[in-house]
Amino acid sequence: MAIIEISCAEVWREISNYLDGEISAELRERMAAHFKVCAHCTAVLEGTQNVVGLVGDGRVFQVPEGFSKRLYEKIHTR
Amino acid sequence: MTEPRFTAIEAGLIERARGGDPDAFYELLRPYERMVYATAISVLKNPADAEEVSQEAILKAFTGFKSFRAEARFSTWLVQITYNEARMRLRKARPHLYESLDERSESEDGSISPRDFADWQPIPSELLEKEELRQAVHDAINSLSPTYREVLVLRDVQHLSIKETTTILGISETNAKTRLHRARLQLRDALAPGLDGCWVRGEPYRKVRAW
Repeated sequence: MAIIEISCAEVWREISNYLDGEISAELRERMAAHFKVCAHCTAVLEGTQNVVGLVGDGRVFQVPEGFSKRLYEKIHTR
Repeated sequence: MTEPRFTAIEAGLIERARGGDPDAFYELLRPYERMVYATAISVLKNPADAEEVSQEAILKAFTGFKSFRAEARFSTWLVQITYNEARMRLRKARPHLYESLDERSESEDGSISPRDFADWQPIPSELLEKEELRQAVHDAINSLSPTYREVLVLRDVQHLSIKETTTILGISETNAKTRLHRARLQLRDALAPGLDGCWVRGEPYRKVRAW
């Protein structure tokens, strides 16, 4: 069965849901077909995936030095 | 039958913490310290305020631990308390700014045109060892509007589910998804000047293109 084409604008709208697997199998297939032929949308997808991976890395938000110790003391002296 | 949410050890700690045992509460809390801090700093942006609010939120959680219901997730409950504390702090500090942002209309259909960075070179996550890149990611997150930032932090930084995110923020699933989508694309745009390879080459973070 032929895959119905999808526009770049439609792809952009769904990129985030695509990454989270929050779309129908049919739409996923249409988007995957689009990525194969559209360098721009592929760049958007890969870039978005890249930054999502970066912000989700535990090294980005680290508690300040001594945070835990100060917290321990606070809980014990309340 | 729902699956038990807690291990026997955690259940024991919860029981002791309910009775006011600070050691038990501290032990229960330790895996979530970073989560609490990340939540606070995502609202307040400033490390000193974030630590203060984190500690206040945790103390509040300890004092009110009797109201913690075992069917809730401890992480969600803690993050919710921290959000409330952080927002209250922000409201006190900058009431006008806070109100105007809080009441932004939600006429969001998600249509957004990402900029064309065709020669995209991914930033390898190992580079997060560099303070400079961590700072750039912080700056990019801070450049988002609060409504986008909070969804992004819960979903992509804290790895909470859509359901947990909507519970904490009190917004609909559609809104959460739309905001997350916009936040991610804006984040990509914000980090893009450093994405054409300057990280990989070890060059300082700078705007390397004309935009």
